[in-house]
Amino acid sequence: MVKPNLLKDIINIWGCTGLSGIDSTEYGFRIGALSTWTEVRQATALPPALIECAATVGAQQIQNRGTVGGNIVNGSPAGDSLPMWLVLDAEFEVASTRGVRRIPASEFWTGYRKNAMVDDELLVAVHIQPKSTDILHYRKVGTRMAQSISKVVLGARLRIADGRPIEARFAMGSIAATPVRLPTVEAAVLAGEGADAATHMAQDITPLDDIRSTSGYRLNVATRVVRSFLEQYLGA
Amino acid sequence: MTQFSLNGHTTSVDAPPMTRLIDVLREQLRLTGTKEGCGEGECGACTVLIDGLPVNACMIPVVQAEGTQILTVEGLAEDERLHPIQTAFINYGAAQCGICTPGFVVAAKALLDAQPNPSRTEVREALAGNLCRCTGYQKIIDAVVEALGGQP
Amino acid sequence: MNPVGIDIPRADGPSKVRGDAQYVDDIRPAGCLYGATVRSPIAHGKLLGIQKDPDFDWSDITVVTCLDIPAQNVVLLMTEDQPALADGVVRHVEEPVALVAASSPARARAAVAHIKVLVEALPAVLDPLTAQNNPIQIFGTDNVFKQISIHKGDKTDDGVIVEGTYTVGHQEQLYIEPQGMIAVPRADDGLTLIGSMQCPFYIVKAIAPMLGHGRINVIQATTGGGFGGKEEYPSMLAAHCALLSIKTGAPVKMIYQRDEDLRATTKRHPSVIKIRSVVSPQGELLQWDAEIIMDGGAYNTLTPVVLSRALLHLCGPYRCPRQHLEGVAVATHTPPNGAFRGFGAPQAMYAVERHMDAIARTIGMDPVAFRRLNLIRDGDTTPTGQALVDTGAHLVLDVALKAAEAEVKTPAIHPGGGVGRYARGRGVALVFHGCGFTGNGEARIKGKVAVELQDRCVQILTASTDIGQGVDTTFPQIAAAALGIGVSRVSNAPHDTAMVPDSGPTVASPTCMVVGGVLRTAALKLKAALQAETGLDTDDFDTLLDARTHTMALRVMAEYQDDGSMDWDDATYSGDAYPCYGWACSVVDLDVDLDTGEVLYRRYVSATDVGKAINPVIVEGQLEGGAIQGLGYATCEEVVLDDQGRMINDRLTNYIIPTTLDAPEMITRIIEIPYSGGPFGAKGIGEIPMDGPAPAVASAIEAAVGVVLNRLPMTPERVLSALEIKERS
Ligand SMILES: Cc1cc2nc3c(=O)[nH]c(=O)nc-3n(C[C@H](O)[C@H](O)[C@H](O)COP(=O)(O)OP(=O)(O)OC[C@H]3O[C@@H](n4cnc5c(N)ncnc54)[C@H](O)[C@@H]3O)c2cc1C
Ligand code: FES
Ligand code: FES
Repeated sequence: MVKPNLLKDIINIWGCTGLSGIDSTEYGFRIGALSTWTEVRQATALPPALIECAATVGAQQIQNRGTVGGNIVNGSPAGDSLPMWLVLDAEFEVASTRGVRRIPASEFWTGYRKNAMVDDELLVAVHIQPKSTDILHYRKVGTRMAQSISKVVLGARLRIADGRPIEARFAMGSIAATPVRLPTVEAAVLAGEGADAATHMAQDITPLDDIRSTSGYRLNVATRVVRSFLEQYLGA
Repeated sequence: MTQFSLNGHTTSVDAPPMTRLIDVLREQLRLTGTKEGCGEGECGACTVLIDGLPVNACMIPVVQAEGTQILTVEGLAEDERLHPIQTAFINYGAAQCGICTPGFVVAAKALLDAQPNPSRTEVREALAGNLCRCTGYQKIIDAVVEALGGQP
Repeated sequence: MNPVGIDIPRADGPSKVRGDAQYVDDIRPAGCLYGATVRSPIAHGKLLGIQKDPDFDWSDITVVTCLDIPAQNVVLLMTEDQPALADGVVRHVEEPVALVAASSPARARAAVAHIKVLVEALPAVLDPLTAQNNPIQIFGTDNVFKQISIHKGDKTDDGVIVEGTYTVGHQEQLYIEPQGMIAVPRADDGLTLIGSMQCPFYIVKAIAPMLGHGRINVIQATTGGGFGGKEEYPSMLAAHCALLSIKTGAPVKMIYQRDEDLRATTKRHPSVIKIRSVVSPQGELLQWDAEIIMDGGAYNTLTPVVLSRALLHLCGPYRCPRQHLEGVAVATHTPPNGAFRGFGAPQAMYAVERHMDAIARTIGMDPVAFRRLNLIRDGDTTPTGQALVDTGAHLVLDVALKAAEAEVKTPAIHPGGGVGRYARGRGVALVFHGCGFTGNGEARIKGKVAVELQDRCVQILTASTDIGQGVDTTFPQIAAAALGIGVSRVSNAPHDTAMVPDSGPTVASPTCMVVGGVLRTAALKLKAALQAETGLDTDDFDTLLDARTHTMALRVMAEYQDDGSMDWDDATYSGDAYPCYGWACSVVDLDVDLDTGEVLYRRYVSATDVGKAINPVIVEGQLEGGAIQGLGYATCEEVVLDDQGRMINDRLTNYIIPTTLDAPEMITRIIEIPYSGGPFGAKGIGEIPMDGPAPAVASAIEAAVGVVLNRLPMTPERVLSALEIKERS
């Protein structure tokens, strides 16, 4: 990575009012890229799981300063909000002098800390359309209760009709270069495998060892937190 | 030139825009009450309030201080009169080596302004960004709960 | 009012809550330069030299290597093995090789980044288990810093035999203020050193041979935590600042950045401990054989003393007729390990208490009942043959269990999104801790304290530093009580070696017990001197002062007096190992997250015998602070080394200590079984709280989920993998 020149290469966007604010729209929510985690926590209209997510980012000092946009664009595989945007089918509104476009979360993270924005684009806002009927779930595993970097972070969304899952979205962070969806697990849930769907985890993720944890732990924990979640809503 | 209000006084500093706020405070303005324990946003020893919100001064480029109101530990006591949080820290033995103390009292001040009578769990949550290696936190929580009007 | 036993607010409280207290980094002498260190990139190698990048601007940079050392290249401690700067060979990664000074810390760091250390790698010994007698020599001919055996009684195999192996890793002290030092040239060509430290006189002794003269005085700045990490290591910084200051002629300040501090400075000694015990079917301990291999790192530092304390605690607070203890501390090519609160005892107590649980499990007894049966009692002997009096094991156990009957009010805080599944458990651990130095260390050290009457007030002159543990408050309490005056009339002189006598190091928690005792003697001597001067034999201090015909200052000094009551033989390791013992019991309640293996603390109860609490709030603070370090040691604090022995989780994001949300609510019970040799009965209390948490947590995890963990730290990774194995079987 090229080191930025601290005098020339940095633009201070803190304070750009067009990038801030959390608003409900006709379809859902528009979360300004500069919204801090504290602002997300205070936006009680947002889905509780998203507020929980905000509450686990660093601690208060970080939440008062860290932004939704920074988390997304930074694109750290351990970025806690990224799986949530994936399961919420969020759209990222980006702008440049050429105009404004929207990038679906599923197409945003293209590699380790790489994304689909081009150099002169700015992330303006995140758009989500949560359904109140959906079960939205967030779980961070980071060993410490605050100021912790995830070893595994899970976002999940489940839609149940007549006691059967009709839509399932799972995404995980900290287990690959980008946050990933769990297609095999999702298919197994829809196929009616219930909590056992979690046993397909190894087909969807191949975590690595690093200084924070081991691949074995990450795989085990990923399986277990998904199983726990499914047991709660679909029964054992 | 960056201008802000520091502990109630209008202050201007001449520093490159990406200079860390903590360096401006400690080196340029010689307000050394704000401590550096890690320089990476983890320990909270450098906590100051910007517009009433606790933030880590080691993570803030001074350019983002422009036009804000900053409160550091030096701004808590009124002349000789200690702030009740400071008094409680003394009475409860919440400061041992003291290196974390400025960060804790400043973070507690923000909590006090936002929410009087917090529960112990709420106090713990508000102070989770401040590390202390001496006290085991028990006396700090006691002091803050008492100073904020609760029953420790 | 007698100020002993009262919660006098800390003397340094106001300056600390205001942010006025001057820590080393807050002090900036005029014309100060900033130092930084060039370090070895590898574990072991031939040092060929350094190479300065020709494209870098060196005009304002001073570079120092071992060639600049005026006299002997050594930072002296117990032995002369550790150089100030590597010469010809590097023995551990991050070993200091060269120094730079520049006009700003950033410039100094930039210069370091442009110096290449030229080394030819040699095979390194990183595994302590292969270090002893390894043909690759690190220390002496056999890589052994110290070997000790202790034997009591004969041997038997007649009973139930239980064996176990217990492994503990490094632990970082993690004082929140990183290491820092300033050297300031003096008019007489000497140096003043100001820094963050526990033992000012250590530094004087450590660097005088390197300087070739003794024109140095050392001043303690307000110190932001030490926990042993600022016992011997500051001598290294002092040596480096001194060398840079001599070469530049200017004051030089050196503050470690956190990552450097984590990689380069001393840690708690990792150890492997094996215990084999024989018990009767009814549960009486018949024999206890234990051995410990301790990793000292590349230099001796204080390792022999740490080993000694570990071994002397490797039997636990239990009676047993046959005890055979073997210990060896070896050298490896890793950064030296050194002093850390507990000094070897936490390692030993973890193994002992885990093994006690193992025996209870094997013979099917309740772990607490099994401990109760075997508690050491008055008249029982330790492995070194010391007959104990005033034992408190039963008392702390009873008090802690009673306190733990109270309902756990505050729930454990479970992480966000918690639909988790939890299992609940309680664990109990019983520990003891020898107070003071091993053997008659105090008699060898001969700590001195002076008190000076100035006008109608008294000043204490001691080298015992306040590193947060509160001696600047408790010492005036002791002196005031001895003189019968208000504590506000007693103050502390700055801890400057030019002014105060050598009171012995601020270590191994004997400060209050031993030095406090000497202080009390000094205070009484002051009173006696006033009685002699005035010819009055009243005890009333003010009457004595009123009777003086002048107001001249009066200074008296007292020195530690060996009362001959201790009988210790260092050659055979037999006799009275410590003047007295403290006792403690920990009861921890926790939840284990069944999905993640994470341990969530619900409550921590402790009962600790402190002899006499001179200042109860300060004592509680010590006990609670030690407890949380112990809880961190138990589950989350792990030092990860790479193939060169370098700590790679060298940031606070990756070496994690408990936050307010991880720390449980605590119930802290103080018990006072007075020690006749301590001031007003006080014993050392700084270290014992570190001993009990880790084994209590291990027990509680076992109670919660039925898995046995014998390795520290008990990380979620280890808990979960044990859980998986159990679930599969
Ligand atoms: C102590 C500490 C603890 C932390 N804990 C957590 C945690 O628990 N979980 C977690 O996920 N993260 C954590 N973080 C990381 C970080 O603080 C958060 O990810 C935060 O949300 C980042 O936001 P920011 O505004 O600070 O981004 P910055 O760091 O300012 O920016 C990150 C990158 O994004 C770019 N960028 C930012 N905004 C925009 C925009 N609108 N358009 C285009 N580019 C943009 C920047 O140029 C930069 O390259 C932690 C950080 C610290 C220091
Ligand atoms: S110094 Fe800023 S958080 Fe540690
Ligand atoms: S009082 Fe020492 S770190 Fe908190």
